[in-house]
Amino acid sequence: MLTRILSVGLLAGLLAGLLIAALQQVTTTPLILAAETFEKPAVASATPAPPHSHAAGTAHDHGEGWKPADGMPRFFFTAITTVATAVGVAFVLMAAMVFAGAPIDEHHALAWAIAGFVACGLAPAAGLAPELPGSAAGDLVGRQLWWVGTAIATAIGLWAFLRTDHHPVVRLGAIVLLLAPHLIGAPHPHEFESKVPAEIAARFTALSLVVQALLWALVGIGVGLLWPKFAPKPAS
Amino acid sequence: MANTTASVIRTTERSDALRAAGVALILGLGLIFLTGFAYPEVIHNAAHDTRHSLSFPCH
Repeated sequence: MLTRILSVGLLAGLLAGLLIAALQQVTTTPLILAAETFEKPAVASATPAPPHSHAAGTAHDHGEGWKPADGMPRFFFTAITTVATAVGVAFVLMAAMVFAGAPIDEHHALAWAIAGFVACGLAPAAGLAPELPGSAAGDLVGRQLWWVGTAIATAIGLWAFLRTDHHPVVRLGAIVLLLAPHLIGAPHPHEFESKVPAEIAARFTALSLVVQALLWALVGIGVGLLWPKFAPKPAS
Repeated sequence: MANTTASVIRTTERSDALRAAGVALILGLGLIFLTGFAYPEVIHNAAHDTRHSLSFPCH
């Protein structure tokens, strides 16, 4: 069983991750590179430099340690980490489905993946909009905790709400869980400081959610398609 | 007797599946933690564009 989950997760994550990495290269990454040109105080021009002229060593608040050089190395590391994230998503998706006793096929895996996107993408974005480098942001640890708490609360809330028994008390509890993170509220900065034009930030926020939705959907479809192919051979 | 044997096999299969799912969950959350949340600068910088693109809190 473990071999089956790991094989399907690695393969589905690899395929989905590579497709999403290619998509990121033409959607979100150019906007990140454009935003970074606004982070450098000297560059206050209204037009972002084209991505390939983005010079290394700008005033980026990442510290002075190693980072992949712009161009191919940066694409390579982004692709690797996107594939690793997709494999992680595939493992978590299958684990949740096995725990819940849901059948793993194309239809169910896609439905669970969409619920995963709602829990890890849409619900956290309602409090913490996907942000470009250079945006003002509250305390990192506080935001990460809120993000994780929201994802867990939303996942459990959705699962409880969509259970087949439809018990009113369970459903009421689910609604409380779904709303609680937003009533508590995400940590936010006290003032806005991004120099990135609002149009770029808005495009990035929308694209980031689309990319994330596609990542979950592709992982779901991949898991659903591959799961039957890795069925254990019946003992003869 | 046959029913009992079948149910024992089912229970064993279920507990095997739950154990496998537990391992997969830990591995999956570990991978997502590394790419999306871990603090060491090298990991942060390597995963930077992925974190922004998939809307993890980054800075």
